[in-house]
Amino acid sequence: MTETVTAKEPIKASEIDPKFKYELSKMHGGEKLLRCFQCGTCTSDCPVARFSDTYRPRQIIRMAQLGLKERVLKSDTLWLCASCFTCTDRCPQDVEVASVIRVLRNLAAEKGIVPVVFKEQASSILDSGYAYKIPELRVKKRETQGLPPLPKGNPENIRKALKGVKFLKNIEKKGEQREQ
Amino acid sequence: MSSKYLIFLGCAIPYRVSAYEISARKVLQKLGVELAEMPEFNCCGLPLDPVSHETMLILAAKNLALAEQTGLNILTLCPGCSGTLKKVNKILKKDKTLREQINGHLKKAGLEFKGTAVTKHIIQVLMEDVGLEKIKNSVVKPLTMLKVAEHVGCHLLRPKEYSDFDDPEDPKTLKTLIEATGATCLGYIDETECCGAPSVGISDKVALQLARDKLSHIKMVDAQALITICPFCHIMFDTNELRIERMFNEAYGIPVLHYPQLLGLAMGMTPEELALKEHRVDTSKILKQVIEGAN
Repeated sequence: MTETVTAKEPIKASEIDPKFKYELSKMHGGEKLLRCFQCGTCTSDCPVARFSDTYRPRQIIRMAQLGLKERVLKSDTLWLCASCFTCTDRCPQDVEVASVIRVLRNLAAEKGIVPVVFKEQASSILDSGYAYKIPELRVKKRETQGLPPLPKGNPENIRKALKGVKFLKNIEKKGEQREQ
Repeated sequence: MSSKYLIFLGCAIPYRVSAYEISARKVLQKLGVELAEMPEFNCCGLPLDPVSHETMLILAAKNLALAEQTGLNILTLCPGCSGTLKKVNKILKKDKTLREQINGHLKKAGLEFKGTAVTKHIIQVLMEDVGLEKIKNSVVKPLTMLKVAEHVGCHLLRPKEYSDFDDPEDPKTLKTLIEATGATCLGYIDETECCGAPSVGISDKVALQLARDKLSHIKMVDAQALITICPFCHIMFDTNELRIERMFNEAYGIPVLHYPQLLGLAMGMTPEELALKEHRVDTSKILKQVIEGAN
């Protein structure tokens, strides 16, 4: 497995950002990070943790609370959350664990760490409105299947509405770099 | 009583799960639910939430604003879409600052979110709008010979805060709807657990292990079929069932039906009408039983 082992390396005082938890607490979805008292309900109920040797939501929350900013944002395990929201619904402290993880992923994405599957979906949405490139054959087949025409995306309007969103600048810039 | 909805297809269904759409439209039409098409479409936003919450909010709000212009409420087949549209509608109605920020974006596309469109998943429409009595009355071939299992998936009812029906820890709606067809709905271990689909592309190994775990629990109770209401769950269990069998050297052979297909069979529709041939896992054994059992 290429999953990171960084979580187990000794912590150096120099890698701690004491203000990180407050930064997260101000973000939509991260407000209740400080309520976590590490009971472990999230990890014990997490379906992904059952089958992954490294993904532990409690550990991610603790790293965020401790201010291990770089370590948590660069961690591969951050992307394993299936967003099933079981942890969010069962957390006795109402931390909204899955939302904190989403906030951390969003920050990682702003730094340019974006798994390829998301890049593909983002560019497909920008091009067609749909998250997947639906083959022309399938669109045409609808008529023979007795289905009405597929509603059309409006890429121009989508781009207008998404103008100024930081994440997308990142996607488009990356796309250009690949072409060079 | 008839009702009219704007059908929101989402991305996965037109991409590779058309049997769900075909069967849903047929069943809804027969039950008097009229459907209108989205005037313009973009993804609900959910797939991009992990990388950009703001993008998700804008994409969802854009669809809600478009629906509001039509004056119709939204019906989705995908729980990811209904979950997202419900959630964003509630968040933006509550948070004025955020609403103004998102509306600033929508304005550039000539739209405004007001929060007047209600979103429901198809099983919620069947239960709340059509009603159990009408569904039971539409059954002409009770499927009493079938013992099936259900899989509700995650986003229909989680997070609890944004769902407006049923209980994510002990969901009843799908079970009740299955039993309305005459079939028996069996319980099994970890019924409410995730199918693994969201982890595909990040770690296929973890994703397939999750689906396998569910399939093994379903097999344990001898279910003849698995009933789903989500395109992604369906892909995990149907499209990937053979892959799981090869990977773990096990045999499941559990056919996976979209709920409208099960209901359609009970309503007397043919397997062809319900696009049951599009499935990867062979459905002929249970279809034979349905046809012979009912005669």
